[in-house]
Amino acid sequence: MEENTQKPGLFEKDGKLGFLHSTVDAFDTFLRVPATVTAKGAHVRDAVDLKRVMILVVIALVPAALFGMWNVGSQHYLAIGQTAGFWATFWYGFLKVLPLFIVSYIVGLGIEFTSAQIKGEEVNEGYLVSGFLIPLIMPVDVPLWMLAVAVAFAVLFGKEVFGGTGMNFLNPALLARAFLFFAYPSKMSGSEVWISLGKDAPVDGFSGATPLSHLKEGVDSLGCSAWDLFAGTVPGSVGETSVIAILLGAILLLWTGIASWKIMVSSVAGALLVGWIGTAAGITDVPAWMQLLMGGFAFGTVFMATDPVTSAQTETGKWIYGFLIGALCVTVRLFNPGYAEGMMLAILLMNTFAPLIDHCVVSAAISRRNKVKTA
Amino acid sequence: MSNNIRLKGGLNIPISGEAALQTSAAVKPDVVAICPGDFKGLVPRLLVREGDKVLAGSPVLADKQCADILITSPVSGTVAQVVRGDKRKLLAVLVKADEAQQCVDFGVMKPSQADAAAIKARLLESGLWASLVQRPYGILANPEVQPKAIFVSAFSTAPLAANTEFVLAAEVDNIQTGIDALAKLTPGGVHIGLSADNYSGTPFHRLENVIQHVFSGKHPAGNVGIQISHISPIRKGETVWTVSMLMLAAIGKLLNTGKLNLARKVAVTGPVAKSPAYVDALPGIAMKQLSAFYDNAAGDVRFVSGDALSGKNVGENGYLGFFDNQVTLLHEGTERELLGWAKPFRFNQFSSSRAYFSWLCPKKKYAMDTNTHGGPRAFVVSDVYSKVLPMDIFPVYLIKACLAGDLDKMEKFGIYEVLPEDLALCEYVDPSKNDIQAILEAGIDKMIKEMA
Repeated sequence: MEENTQKPGLFEKDGKLGFLHSTVDAFDTFLRVPATVTAKGAHVRDAVDLKRVMILVVIALVPAALFGMWNVGSQHYLAIGQTAGFWATFWYGFLKVLPLFIVSYIVGLGIEFTSAQIKGEEVNEGYLVSGFLIPLIMPVDVPLWMLAVAVAFAVLFGKEVFGGTGMNFLNPALLARAFLFFAYPSKMSGSEVWISLGKDAPVDGFSGATPLSHLKEGVDSLGCSAWDLFAGTVPGSVGETSVIAILLGAILLLWTGIASWKIMVSSVAGALLVGWIGTAAGITDVPAWMQLLMGGFAFGTVFMATDPVTSAQTETGKWIYGFLIGALCVTVRLFNPGYAEGMMLAILLMNTFAPLIDHCVVSAAISRRNKVKTA
Repeated sequence: MSNNIRLKGGLNIPISGEAALQTSAAVKPDVVAICPGDFKGLVPRLLVREGDKVLAGSPVLADKQCADILITSPVSGTVAQVVRGDKRKLLAVLVKADEAQQCVDFGVMKPSQADAAAIKARLLESGLWASLVQRPYGILANPEVQPKAIFVSAFSTAPLAANTEFVLAAEVDNIQTGIDALAKLTPGGVHIGLSADNYSGTPFHRLENVIQHVFSGKHPAGNVGIQISHISPIRKGETVWTVSMLMLAAIGKLLNTGKLNLARKVAVTGPVAKSPAYVDALPGIAMKQLSAFYDNAAGDVRFVSGDALSGKNVGENGYLGFFDNQVTLLHEGTERELLGWAKPFRFNQFSSSRAYFSWLCPKKKYAMDTNTHGGPRAFVVSDVYSKVLPMDIFPVYLIKACLAGDLDKMEKFGIYEVLPEDLALCEYVDPSKNDIQAILEAGIDKMIKEMA
């Protein structure tokens, strides 16, 4: 063996700046495919990796993000009673939403890089998606420091304490939202927060409430048509309003097989069933299908419930998990007077139960298998 | 053709370098290696010293746990070197082959007139006992046990695998003799798995004294482990044996001629193989004897004895494995592709997922290299693994149980039914780039150690 007299490189594990190894490695592998060759097992490997998977989810979110930016501007000009051109509208929203993205990524990635550094591991690309999701499920006027606190909480306690992406059991993006919702409820609900007014005063008779908050009063008080809900020209969190934009993302996720169609279908089924019971029992006159268009249901079903890490892992489990999310979401909407939006809590609750669902499915499969074999 | 079993899922890997159906050369054995590492579960005891003369069929190694199990030399010659590694671990016994080959004469035996004990004794003394693989765990068969049944897969779906009909068409009679002999060792009979696509085209569907099963589907449909799980899954406490068609032919030849003859047609394949074709060779031949097929001036060729998914990386100075009739030559993919994962199109990369566009060219073959195409991560996606494993088990649960070293869970999730080769495709498609076969192997080793 030749003696290794070569000094380690500046950023290599024992080099001078070796403590920055993970960071440098992350940027390096971001730009270039690593030169690692297979050491054990299969000598050739599929071209797909987690970076590719994650970037596709981000691309799927782009329509919702772009529409959200336009809608922020559109709602603003509606509220102050002015009209503005398409680009002015979009520009207003862009300037409002961009800081949310910047804060989300700087804080979140900062923590991810630091913890990867401490653990001496490679930086996981999971936060690319979480960091994109978080601004889209926030009210546009959320103070940036609050967002920073929420992101830090979600990444540290939702992910890193469990060992990072792949080990977490709660969706980090939703955890950030839930944190704000319970810590600063005045900034996360009501009729004040959904529309960015800026310095301008609203027109007379303006109400900034989302259609969902009028759900109790019935279909006529929603203040908008089903088409408005579908297209997304209503107040709401940045990216959640347009079902059309979300469906574009859903098509990409389903086509690439990244998100589970079973979860999406069963979530819709669960929502329709409870929505139908609601109308049949006379609790509400809002038709079940409208529940699918309102609030965060579509966004949650497509992008949050299908998170492969925190959803059920077994195929049968996915049906159960998705169905319960849809059903719980509409149940909360119909029976909870205090809080109209049920999607966040429904998904977080089912995240918690997903391992239990899987446990039951796997146990049942194993006992069935044992029976077949002994028969 | 009864009981056709359709296997859903799986994946045929479109790798280039398939061997043309012709024999381009005969490799004359020079230095031949006998590697104890080819036989899982063998604790080798060396029976020869450097300078000893051996014949084809002379014992070279014995198993320390079961002294009757012998590993014999495939050639006659002189023991040239005993290669040892760390802690004096025996790595290989090198035999320099003689010009004229001489064989030990074990005597002709007709299986129909022999009893199980005689057949067993003949296989043990000739060294062909080691061709039987015992499941669970894929270890040397224990001569003391009577297996539930013996399973043979008559086709291979592994990437670029040697064409079974081309390689063994002339050996049908020997294979029949081998089957007749092994059928006496088990009450459950010899089960043979045939391919539905080529049922009438293969001479093997005329084999007698077997229980036929017909399978259709993509790789790993040809893996005997997958077939067993659909024919008669291995329960706790049960033992089955498997044997390859290649080894059945060798057993048949031994009984029909009285001589050990491990000669075989070896497919030299892979994207960097020059005019890939078949060669006549013996197990244990040096990779360097295949130098006509490759150019390793840059030192960037990987030499795999076996297929690209579960073969063994033996290196240019390595040798063909005992069970293998395929060599795969791959390019070591150390090049760093700029923005690889971010490019919308990567026309020269194959992905089974729709994340890339290779599904647009279903017929295209790819010159795959050994790059991992990504760094290791925790398991994230959940549904890609069972899509390439047509078995009734939960692969990720099993692998996580192996990682945790949890014996109860390994047992529950089906470790008795699988060998690393069966989960090779799960490893191939894994976007988190885990070494699934190595993890499973470690789990199996732990089971062997703790359950003994």
